[in-house]
Amino acid sequence: MILQVSGVSKWFGGLKALTDVTFSLQEGQILGLIGPNGAGKTTLFNVINGVYKPNEGTVTFRDVDITGLKTYEIARMGLARSHQIVRPLNDLSVRDNVIVGACFGRENNALASAGTIADEVMEFVGLAKRADQLAGSLNIGQKKRLEMARALAARPYLLLLDEVLAGLNPSEIAMMIDIVMKIRERGTTIIMIEHVMQAVMSVSDQVLVLDFGKPIAFGTPAEVANDARVVEAYLGDPSLAAQLLAPSSDQPEQDD
Amino acid sequence: MSLTKLRNPGLWITVIAVLLLGLWPIVTQRASTREEIFTVLLSVVLASSLNILLGYTGYVSFGHIVFFGLGGYVGLYLIIVQGWSLWPAMAAGGLAAGLLALLLGQAILRLRGSYFALATIGINEAMRAFINNFEPFGGPTGLSLNFQTYNAYGGAANALWLIYYIVLILALFNIVLSYVVKTSKFGLGLMAIREDEDAAEVMGVITPRSKTWAYVLSAILPGVVGVLFFFKNGNIEPPQAFRLHMSIELLVMVMLGGFGTVFGPALGAVGYQRLRGLLLTSDLFKNIQLAVAGLLLLLIILFIPAGAVGWIRRRFPILRRYLP
Amino acid sequence: MDILAFLTDGLLIGFVYGIAAMGLTLIWGVMNVINLSHGSIIALGMFALYFLFVSLGINPYIGVVIVAVLGLLLGMIIYAVAIHRVINAPHLSTLLATFAVNMIIIGLGTTAFSTSPRNVDFSLGSATVGPVTLLGTRVVAALASVLITAALYFFLYRTTLGKYVRAVTDNRAAAELMGIPSARVLALSFGLGTMLAAVAGGLIATFFPFTILSGGTYELKSFVICVLGGVGNPLGALFGGLILGTFEGIIPYFLPTSWVPVIEFILFVVILLVRPTGLLGAKK
Repeated sequence: MILQVSGVSKWFGGLKALTDVTFSLQEGQILGLIGPNGAGKTTLFNVINGVYKPNEGTVTFRDVDITGLKTYEIARMGLARSHQIVRPLNDLSVRDNVIVGACFGRENNALASAGTIADEVMEFVGLAKRADQLAGSLNIGQKKRLEMARALAARPYLLLLDEVLAGLNPSEIAMMIDIVMKIRERGTTIIMIEHVMQAVMSVSDQVLVLDFGKPIAFGTPAEVANDARVVEAYLGDPSLAAQLLAPSSDQPEQDD
Repeated sequence: MSLTKLRNPGLWITVIAVLLLGLWPIVTQRASTREEIFTVLLSVVLASSLNILLGYTGYVSFGHIVFFGLGGYVGLYLIIVQGWSLWPAMAAGGLAAGLLALLLGQAILRLRGSYFALATIGINEAMRAFINNFEPFGGPTGLSLNFQTYNAYGGAANALWLIYYIVLILALFNIVLSYVVKTSKFGLGLMAIREDEDAAEVMGVITPRSKTWAYVLSAILPGVVGVLFFFKNGNIEPPQAFRLHMSIELLVMVMLGGFGTVFGPALGAVGYQRLRGLLLTSDLFKNIQLAVAGLLLLLIILFIPAGAVGWIRRRFPILRRYLP
Repeated sequence: MDILAFLTDGLLIGFVYGIAAMGLTLIWGVMNVINLSHGSIIALGMFALYFLFVSLGINPYIGVVIVAVLGLLLGMIIYAVAIHRVINAPHLSTLLATFAVNMIIIGLGTTAFSTSPRNVDFSLGSATVGPVTLLGTRVVAALASVLITAALYFFLYRTTLGKYVRAVTDNRAAAELMGIPSARVLALSFGLGTMLAAVAGGLIATFFPFTILSGGTYELKSFVICVLGGVGNPLGALFGGLILGTFEGIIPYFLPTSWVPVIEFILFVVILLVRPTGLLGAKK
């Protein structure tokens, strides 16, 4: 068990953002985290990686209780994430951005070895040609890949991906999904928040559905898509479920 | 850190430029030139130090001069009251400044943006007001050096030259230090903090520790040159030691030259002091030199906010290697 | 002197401190700019009142109204020239831009007025109640401060323009989407902030001698008060002013006066650390 979230609740003033969220994740799997806007998905990420301390419950990462630890402590234990709203270090080069990920992550690399890792990761996500450009000058698709590259350069055990597909065009989506699959092949566990349904349904081993901060379903994509509560609360239209599981023309099918 | 990094031409361009400037009075042997360049070199040390906090880490300090003042006070106290010689007093001044930064850093570096800037003003003012009441440091009248003290250094004239050499060496040292920090892993962490502190934490940068060390590193040399400046001056009083205005002049120098660059603060310090000198000696501008300086500052902020070196780096990316 | 006398003195001056700080806190709250030209504008307010009184023989309290109008205009000009271009830049830019304005004002002011102290020779007499002597000018200044605060609140909460200012304070991007001309609202807010600073300067000029450099002290006090009262909270600024004034009144009763700033600034840093939103909460 790489991650165990038990009874996590988080509220801001009177607003309850997460209520009693419990799930666990096996090593090497991809967990899709879905739910309507405002369902608490990003909040859950923030609780897992230490941005927020939960009001109740615990988070255990690789058998260590990480509840309430600082984000940088958790990062150094091998948990990396990308942000929904990209956060490039604008005035640094793309390469330096990735080196930061490699330097300060789990392996605590020296600059020189971090540089080697950065070059490799930039090649992997297709940013090698942009290495010396300032991060601020990238377009949105490239910035998303930069987020991914920084997280990967840390060589994490667990990777949290927050809407890496949002705002991308179909060919960029295909490229990104390809990257996600390759990461999984390397043995990295992934939790991904995603709104592009076909994508998340096709790559995930398990899917967790949040609605108003409460988990309403957990299971394989097929189980979740056919769950009555999910259909009612989130998908609205039962025929959508069928569509979700069917490959569509403009979404690449992932089957490798 | 590998030594090959030190082969960067950009570093040596800066070092040689400052060295040439520093050698000028030594060649001409004119006391007036020496005094002028002394002020410039002092500014190079202070602005370059501030740049580690401001330019690399992105924390705006309006009270950087507190380290200069405190160092000066500790050093002069040890020399005058305890009879220490200049060398250990310099070390003590630097140490005191570093310690203050270490203590303060734990507390105020939690504050972000404008709040941090305000806290630094508060600390400078609190320190000045406190020293004003602190009898061992002479309260409002401060401390004065006995002229005889200079005899141990071959008389006043020789002492002035000695101090000049030390400041020159410190200025050169500080530029190398700036460069080494900037190209180190530590420096990369600082720049990540500057760009986006939360994102840096998510990537594993231990921000409280990095920020505190940046603060300490930026405080030590101002403490050391504080001792030199006030030793040369012969006396120290609270308003001179903790001049808020001087803190802001340092910010202007860093902005003028280009913040976050190695060469920028040095260039800014030279440029600002030259400009001030010119304005002060010009009949036309003598009286309104402050207003003219303000106007120039405003124009820089509005139109070339990256400063001279920053502007060149952006405009001509090819030159980045020569302007670290 | 009796402690009551100290207390009254401090409290009455505290009202005026409050007005000065209100100018700073308004600008800070609305546009997240710390106005480092605040002190020099306070000083300009002092000089404006001085010349209106000495050269034109205008009653200081009518003078204050003229000073207010001038302050408003000056602020809007400063905003347009020096701030607007960098309003979305990192905060260092606005800090330095306002400081540049400060340098320009002080530089020109020093040339024009020198640094020898001026004095508005004007008295409203005094009244003695038990151990306490009330100076007329200070009582009127305190009353004026209360009036100004009330007027500001009326403006912010009862007029359309005031609602715009609050909307921009709350969320500039959203306000723009609603069709509020944010640039003009920001200019107006900056103008209001400098107006309050200039008025405070004018009132202070009626009881202390001053130079072009005198504003600096009040600027630092305004920072302390802003933080005491909560950034962006005008009423908090008035209360903060009263607290600071009271402090300044009482401390000399127990300690030498020279300890006042030590305590003030330590308090300032401690509040920043412990409760950066101010004792009374920010942005009401």
